[in-house]
Amino acid sequence: MTKDNTPITRQKFMEEFRRYQKGSITRRHFLGATGLGTAMAVMGGAVPGLMPGRARAQDLGNRVVLATWPNYHDAANFDMFSDATGVFTQVNVFGSNEEMLAILQAGGSGWDVFVPTNYAISTYVEADLIEPLDLSKLPNYDPAAFDPRFADAGTINGTVYAVPKNWGTTGIAFNSSRTGGVVDSWKTFFDGARDQFAGRVMVHDYQLTTIGNALVYFGHSFNSVDPAELADAERLLIDVKPHLFAISSDYQPSMRNGDAWLTMCWTGDGKQMNDDMPEIGFALGREGGEIWSDYYAIPKSAAHREAAYALINYLLDPDVNAREVLAHGYPVADARTNALVPEELLNDPILYPAAESLNALEFGAAVTLTDPNRAELMARFKSA
Amino acid sequence: MAQSRIRALLLAPAGIWYLALLVFPLIVVLIFSFGERNPIGGYAPGFTFEQYANLPARFAAFRNTMTLAPLGTIAALLIAYPLAYYLAVKVSPRWKTTLLILVIVPFWTSILIRSYAWIYLLGGNGIPALLETLGLGEFRLINTPFAVLVGIVYGYLPLMVFPIYVALERLDKSLLEAAADLGTPPWRSFLQITLPLSMPGVLTGSVLVFILLTGEYLIPALLGGGKVFFVGNALVDLFLQSRNWAFGSAVAVALILIMLVIVALYTRAIKRFAYGARRDDAGLI
Repeated sequence: MTKDNTPITRQKFMEEFRRYQKGSITRRHFLGATGLGTAMAVMGGAVPGLMPGRARAQDLGNRVVLATWPNYHDAANFDMFSDATGVFTQVNVFGSNEEMLAILQAGGSGWDVFVPTNYAISTYVEADLIEPLDLSKLPNYDPAAFDPRFADAGTINGTVYAVPKNWGTTGIAFNSSRTGGVVDSWKTFFDGARDQFAGRVMVHDYQLTTIGNALVYFGHSFNSVDPAELADAERLLIDVKPHLFAISSDYQPSMRNGDAWLTMCWTGDGKQMNDDMPEIGFALGREGGEIWSDYYAIPKSAAHREAAYALINYLLDPDVNAREVLAHGYPVADARTNALVPEELLNDPILYPAAESLNALEFGAAVTLTDPNRAELMARFKSA
Repeated sequence: MAQSRIRALLLAPAGIWYLALLVFPLIVVLIFSFGERNPIGGYAPGFTFEQYANLPARFAAFRNTMTLAPLGTIAALLIAYPLAYYLAVKVSPRWKTTLLILVIVPFWTSILIRSYAWIYLLGGNGIPALLETLGLGEFRLINTPFAVLVGIVYGYLPLMVFPIYVALERLDKSLLEAAADLGTPPWRSFLQITLPLSMPGVLTGSVLVFILLTGEYLIPALLGGGKVFFVGNALVDLFLQSRNWAFGSAVAVALILIMLVIVALYTRAIKRFAYGARRDDAGLI
């Protein structure tokens, strides 16, 4: 994006965008002022999948159900998708991969598109709950444009079941005005929780990250299911529990109002809080922790399959995806999208930490999702 | 013949409803509770008592529920009784409707939204900040068992107020007049007439609130910060997180049985208190 042929400056675009998000201007005004309306019209004409023609609209139906994570999309994109195709996107938000899996296992989820994380995909394939993707219906998916680290988990035994959405890390968000500086180790996190930060620390209500980071504290693998190592993690968690502020994955409200000073935190939440309150910082645990990537996938039970493909294809369009990134603050592995994202975002240490600090991180492993010992440990921790 | 056909028609909707939505799911839960956990989560058929043998693993959750549910019921009763008494006996008819509406209006709003309101009231910038400004020291209210207790009493108060109110409203005032004419002091006629005659309302309200509290999971999760773990929370986790449906079913069956026993004992105790020696009147409840 060079300056001279940009119809609207980045700064002006973001101003208009914030005003639209706050609801002070209408969507029509926003699309007009930013030129996105024209862009959409041109794009809608150029991409056959987005043609609002009557025959197409009938093929797609009028509704698609998306199961996803909190704070993970730009609502304006769904409006534009609806304008272009006549398909309304119903967004359902969930708290964990375990919960998504449980609902799909129980049947009757009603979802057409869902967003599994790397480590969950093989279990979906094993349980026969996920559709092999017909890539001819996803022309916007260009495997060559994606960093394979964040795309590989979507392919199982040579079959593509899922295409990459975003990637990120699970680190530590800290309120530096209260913690007196950066907190960038799980040692400080868990020791501080029992000492200088007592009553102010939050851990996720999520076995993968809460147990995983407690394991990392001892130098064990984030994904360990070794009974002796899990026993270490359990001892630590139960010792820390009385001093915790909360066990919850909904940590933004408590961090923002100052009740909590320190929390396990996903990249985008860190970015969103840091944007609004610069004193809240985000750092990776020096000892390690989680790196992850999320994917778009279609459940076998999808009722609006064509609309599901159309929605995924739409969201993978680099222009659309770039707007998603601006809204949620999670990095993408798509080089085409990154070419459209403002430079300062690509240099943001929260989104793109120094490459060497990623080395210590581990991708979640499928075994943690189904290991009964980790599940029971979590129950003992929460009821202790 | 016509009579029995009418009876069948009248009972059919409720019968089908109970069969499809209560009896059938309960049978499924019972069958699941003797099954096994599928290695990738979910249910695998089988016949084992393993899940029931494993129940002590959720002892802490049962203990928390069986502490906070009775406490919440008693607290709600102590707050609701004077209020219901005031509404039924003391208040002028002009204000009665307005006040009754005020009791019920919060019930029209989702419990989720009302609990979120409590998160802010009990949070660091709410009541604790006010107490601190007044120089009363530092308080931590949110994410404590106390916050959960406040939340459940608040949430279920109308369910306690209304049955007691109805019982007191129906009370035959001439009994009280007769007692007064015969020289009974007011406190004695309250203890000997009003209180026993309002016991059916107390019974209904307490059982209603207690049963709902034993299954509660939302308020502990929101106001307890995930640190206060009820059987309801254990069930949510077993079905939605660890996906151990067999064990979850066994926990659910155990909860139902414990609830039945407690409610039966409580009902008997209240009936005995309300009717004392006059056992033949017990059928009135």
